[in-house]
Amino acid sequence: MRIMIGRIGDWFDRRLQLAAPVRAMAEHPVPRNTASWWYVFGSAALTVFVLQIVTGILLALVYVPSGAEAWSSLQALNHDVTLGWFMRAMHGWGSNFMVAIVLIHMVQVFLFGAHKFPRELTWIIGVFLLLMTLGMAFSGQVLRFDQDAYWGLGIGASIASRVPILGPAIVKLMLGGPIIAGATLSRFFALHVFVIPGLLIGFVCLHLLMVLKLGINEWPMPGRVVKRATYEAEYHALTSKEGAPFVPYAVWKDMFFAAFIILAVAACALYFGPFGPTGTPDPTIIQTVPKPDYFFLWLYALLSLLPPSLETPALLIGPVVVIGALLLLPFLSGEGEKSWKRRPIAVLTVLLIAITLGTFTHLAGYTPWSPHMNAWSGDPVPQQYIHDTTALERQGALVFQVKQCRNCHSLGESGGQRGPALDNVAMRLTQDQLIRQVIQGGGNMPAYGKNLSPAETTALVAFLETLHPKGQAPARDASRDVALSDENQPGVKP
Amino acid sequence: MATKPALAPAPDATMSRRGFFMKLGVLFNGLAASVLAVPIVGYLFSSITRGRANGYLSWVHLGKVSEFPEGETRLATFQNPYVMPTDGKTADTACWVRRIAGEQFQVFAVNCAHLGCPVRWFPQSGLFMCPCHGGAYYRDGSRASGPPERGLFEYPYKVENGLVTIQAGELPTPGAAIAELTGEKPPCAS
Repeated sequence: MRIMIGRIGDWFDRRLQLAAPVRAMAEHPVPRNTASWWYVFGSAALTVFVLQIVTGILLALVYVPSGAEAWSSLQALNHDVTLGWFMRAMHGWGSNFMVAIVLIHMVQVFLFGAHKFPRELTWIIGVFLLLMTLGMAFSGQVLRFDQDAYWGLGIGASIASRVPILGPAIVKLMLGGPIIAGATLSRFFALHVFVIPGLLIGFVCLHLLMVLKLGINEWPMPGRVVKRATYEAEYHALTSKEGAPFVPYAVWKDMFFAAFIILAVAACALYFGPFGPTGTPDPTIIQTVPKPDYFFLWLYALLSLLPPSLETPALLIGPVVVIGALLLLPFLSGEGEKSWKRRPIAVLTVLLIAITLGTFTHLAGYTPWSPHMNAWSGDPVPQQYIHDTTALERQGALVFQVKQCRNCHSLGESGGQRGPALDNVAMRLTQDQLIRQVIQGGGNMPAYGKNLSPAETTALVAFLETLHPKGQAPARDASRDVALSDENQPGVKP
Repeated sequence: MATKPALAPAPDATMSRRGFFMKLGVLFNGLAASVLAVPIVGYLFSSITRGRANGYLSWVHLGKVSEFPEGETRLATFQNPYVMPTDGKTADTACWVRRIAGEQFQVFAVNCAHLGCPVRWFPQSGLFMCPCHGGAYYRDGSRASGPPERGLFEYPYKVENGLVTIQAGELPTPGAAIAELTGEKPPCAS
């Protein structure tokens, strides 16, 4: 039997002539200390990419890329097709894992100085691979053609429209027409299924080819400095003297981690299930709170927190600066120390970016900047705030609810967080200041002057004046007492 | 692998017959590519060029004037004038119709002037609020607070035979303010 298999193998190899180069590739020597668990993320990213191709093809067997039918075909996948829900869940979780692993891989490569000479181009192609991965994540969210996808496209179009002069043309090109409709989904389908994956496969091959040709980055040692003139000879000496064949010396860790990642994706898919789809992509249903997928939440937060005047410049110049910096990095620091132990600025940069993105993502989880659309009718005024109050003050509490103040201001920890919590507002603002703020707005609050009658304003302010802790006096304007006293205003009783 | 191909032409300063034909071949393929490029580019950019011919914009009815009580703001829906068979529900669009008095109207796009999320009308406080990034607008569409740099987009309207009609067909986007300079101003960007 063995001889038979050997003969068949020989027959093929005589024609294909692949055995020798494949063996050379597998057994190429790598520096011994690169057989580390820190070096598994690149192959893990490739594993998840292959998983995405497989599950993607399986989904395409059922999915219909038509604006009219995409949503119902997703419902069919979730509910009618055997294990369709599992394939959708695998693909959705695989996407999250892929973005995460690509980012981890990038951080590891950066901290290990692998972007330095002679691996600059490997890094640059890696930057493009990251951008394509994010492109896949966004276009994939569009293919899940639901309310979030529809309004997400609207946000994308609004951002694109801000490009000077070309903006409106870019929007039409992106949407495939004047509005978000069937043509938009079709072109995002083409991008997600043909264009970006095709580019990804090509770039992944180049990326891998260069890892093979240039050798895997050696474990960085503090003090072992990269110089263009000597590096290649040093690396060659390292691999030839104390190198070990990649297979099997290092590969088993990659294999273990790859299997672990596949099982982790499957476990998430099994436990959490597929993502959406949320409501139908019907633009006339406006009772919706669109939210981007996890990896774009930081952007969602950033767009809420930037001052309006900075937004367009930040949106248009920001990506150019970030991508430009990533592409230029290997040229700006192509030589020198590789070890993170001797590169404090590199470590601090990574930490700063990670903390910033993490904070924005965390904020986007509970969106303190968004009004709570149903707080005015849904969240009751806490009992203690209307206990022992006058009729006028209670009327004010009613005005507070009915005029949707609650949508932006919380009382007793419930309600919107767009504006400040009002539990102690009477200690911060005097009666006059409260009236002025309600009538004229300001500080990011709309003016309510036209929408409140004088009686309503009086009642509302009377209620707000009761909002202070027991035993602590509300803020008051001492000069007002003087102004309203009998001596200064003859005939007027304060 | 070791033997070099025997047919490799000797380096020659003057142009050989084969070299000439190869160059001609490259030129011929270049010609074929540019002939093909014209329809490909035309096809690819058709969604832009069609817009320039103003094919997207039309007047659409929202309903009878009597359906919109004076002094109130109501949600109306219309079908986009340019519909493809695969559009499904996405061909429908919503807008806010404010009847000020008589035949005086304001018709707002539901899309927030910040990033296009659908704004909701709260008649009690007389505000439009956006659920995404917290933009707010007064009843006349002007900016009240939040990240938007401008008021709500308005559709041009007219009242004909007792019907409220608006000129629509394009997704209103904030970049329209810049587009204004180039004369490619969407009608609802006023």
